[in-house]
Amino acid sequence: MFKVIRLAMKNLLRYKRRTLLTGLLIAVGVVAVIVFVGLSSSFKQAIVGQITDSVISHLQIHRKGYMASIDNLPLDRMIPANAFEKLSGILTRTDKVAAFSPRIKFGAMLSNYAQTTNVRLNGVEPSKEQAVVPLLKNRIKNAAHEDLLFRKGEVLLPEVLAKGMALKTGDTIVLVANNKDGSVNGMTFRVAGVVESLMGPGGRDGYLHIDDAAALLRMDILEISEVAVRTKDFDHLTDLSMHLQRVLESIVNKQNQPILEAHTWDQLSPFYNVVRMIDVMTVGIKVILIAVVLISVLNVMMMSVYERVREVGAMAAMGTRPGRIMALFVAEGFCLGLVSALTGAAIGIGLLEMLNLIGVDVAFGRANQVFTLAPSVEPVEVLSACLIVLGVSILASLQPAAKAARLEPVEALRHI
Amino acid sequence: MKKQNKEFQNVMDIVIFQNVSKVYRMGEVDVAALSHVSLQIPQGAFTALVGPSGSGKTTALNMIGCLDRPSEGEVIIAGQDIGPMDRRASAIFRGEHLGFVFQDFNLLPVLTVYENVEYPLLMIRDIPKGQRRPAVEKLLDAVGMADQAKKYPAQLSGGQKQRVAIARALVSSPALVLADEPTANLDGATAQKVVALMKHMRDTFGTTFVFSTHDPRIMDQAEVTFHLEDGRLIDKSTIGKEAGHV
Repeated sequence: MFKVIRLAMKNLLRYKRRTLLTGLLIAVGVVAVIVFVGLSSSFKQAIVGQITDSVISHLQIHRKGYMASIDNLPLDRMIPANAFEKLSGILTRTDKVAAFSPRIKFGAMLSNYAQTTNVRLNGVEPSKEQAVVPLLKNRIKNAAHEDLLFRKGEVLLPEVLAKGMALKTGDTIVLVANNKDGSVNGMTFRVAGVVESLMGPGGRDGYLHIDDAAALLRMDILEISEVAVRTKDFDHLTDLSMHLQRVLESIVNKQNQPILEAHTWDQLSPFYNVVRMIDVMTVGIKVILIAVVLISVLNVMMMSVYERVREVGAMAAMGTRPGRIMALFVAEGFCLGLVSALTGAAIGIGLLEMLNLIGVDVAFGRANQVFTLAPSVEPVEVLSACLIVLGVSILASLQPAAKAARLEPVEALRHI
Repeated sequence: MKKQNKEFQNVMDIVIFQNVSKVYRMGEVDVAALSHVSLQIPQGAFTALVGPSGSGKTTALNMIGCLDRPSEGEVIIAGQDIGPMDRRASAIFRGEHLGFVFQDFNLLPVLTVYENVEYPLLMIRDIPKGQRRPAVEKLLDAVGMADQAKKYPAQLSGGQKQRVAIARALVSSPALVLADEPTANLDGATAQKVVALMKHMRDTFGTTFVFSTHDPRIMDQAEVTFHLEDGRLIDKSTIGKEAGHV
C-alpha cells in the first residue's frame, strides 16, 4: 500500500500548481467548517449558559397541564405540598442533581403609590435559587446586598418596569395579587435591586421571597408552580431527565395517575430553535464542504486520467493489474484530500486560537448584553471534517480511477 | 502459473500463431488486420516482424503481448493459449512472462531511472526490496545507465531513454521481450546501438526478443524475420538460410 501512496504523491506533485490550488480550495473549506463550528458552538454555549444559568436552570418540574397555560401563570395547577415533599426527597437522593429550587410564579399589580402596572413574579428561596441559576446575581443592578439576592420583605424588580416607574433600590412599593380563589391581597415591599432583562421565558420577571409569595397569595399550605433543577453534568442532562420522568411516575393523584412532568431547558426556551438553526447551518456548511471536495477532486482526477492515458496504457501493457491502477488513482485522491484536510485543520485550529486571543464580542438580545465568545472546537468535530474530506475524496476518485483501470492498453497506447 | 512456466521451458517455440486472423470493425466496414497467419518463433530468437505501415506487424505484436485477441485461430505464447484469458489474467501473464519496449519509451516521468527500472518488480511482481536492488543495479549496469540512475526521464536523450526501457523490460527476467518500432524515434547511429544492446541482452540473458520495424538498417540484425504485407505473412527468412515464401 505504501508504494502505491508514494507513487500517488509523486504523481500529485507532477502538476504542482493545480494540486496546490485544489488543495487550498479544500483546505479553505475545512477552515470554514472548523471556524464556523468553533464560533457557533461557543455562541451556543454562551447563550445557552446565560439562559440556563440566569433564568431557566437546566430542567424544570411542573404539575401536568401547567406548561399548557404557563403564560397565564395559573395558580390552580400547582404542585401540592405532599407531592412537593416527595419530589424534594427524590431530588435530594438523585446523585446527578446538583441543586433544586422551588418557585411560586404569579402575576401581580405593582404600585409605586403614583402609578400601577402588571408584573410577573417568582417567589423563591434566595439561597436555593442562587444555586440553580448562579448568574442571576450578575443581572442585578444596584443590589442592596452583596452576599445574597434579597431578604424577606424585599423584591427584585425587572429593569424595564423599574425604569418605566422610576423605581430604584430602597424604594417602597405595593404588590397586590389575586389568589387562586380570586380574593385579593396586598403587601408592601422594599426594592432590593433591579434585574436586567434577558430574552426568553422569565427574562423579565421580578423576584421575592417564597414565604412572602405564599403570604401574598394567602396560601395556608405551600404549593409550588415549578421546581428548577440544576444538574451536575450538563452533557448528561437527557439521562437525568429520562431518569426523573421515570421516578416522577411514583408521585400520583387520587386516581393513581402521575401528576408531575419534567422539561429540559430546550423544551422551555424558544432559543432552542436558534440552536437548532445553528446546527442546521453547520450541516449546511458541511454539505458545501462536501460539494467543494467532490467537484475539486473529481475535476483533478478526471484531468489526471485524461492527461495520462498513454502512461496508463504502458503500465497496463507491462502487466500492472487493473485493480492496482485503480488503487493508484484512488490513492492520489486520498492523498490530496488527506494533505488538504490536515492543512485546513491546522489553519482552522490556529485561527480559532487567534480569535481566542483577540476576543470576539457578540451582542445578544438587548444591545447591552455582550458576550465574549471563547471559540473552540471539539477534536471529534475536527476529525469529522477531515473524515468527510477523506471520504468524499475517495468517492470522487472512484469514477476516474475505474475509468483508468478499464482502459484497453492497445487503445491507450495509441492515444495522442 | 508457475506450473505453466515449467511446462513452457520444454516448449521449443515460444510463440505459435495457428491460422490467426484479426478483423477490426471500423464504422460499418470490416478491416482485416491479419489474415490466416501461421508462424512460430523459436525460444531465444532475435526476431523481427517487418513490413510497411498497415501490414499487420503491430497487430501481431499486440497479440504476442496478450494485448489483443485473435478473431480467428489460436495464439499460443509460452505454452498458453491467450484466447480465453480475461483482462486480469492477461495482465498477470504479461507481468510474469513478458517485457515491453515502446516506440515512445513510455517511461514514467515522475520516477527516476532507477525507479523506472524497479517499477515492474515493485508494482507488478511485488518483489521485496532486498531482491529488487541487485536486479535493478545489474540491469542498469548491463545497459550502461548505472551512472544515470538518479536522473529523471526528462533529463535523458532518446537513446538513453530506450536503454532504460530495455532495462525495465528485462528486469523481471521475462521469457519474451516485445518491442514495437523501438528505433523509430532514434537517429540512425543510436538505433544501431539500441538494437546491438537488445541483441547483447538476448545473448546475456537468453531472452527471446521480438520487435517490429520497417527500418531496413535494423532488419538485417534479426536472426528470424517475418515479412508481413496487407495482413498476410508473405515471407520468413532466417540468417544462414535463403529466404523463402511461406
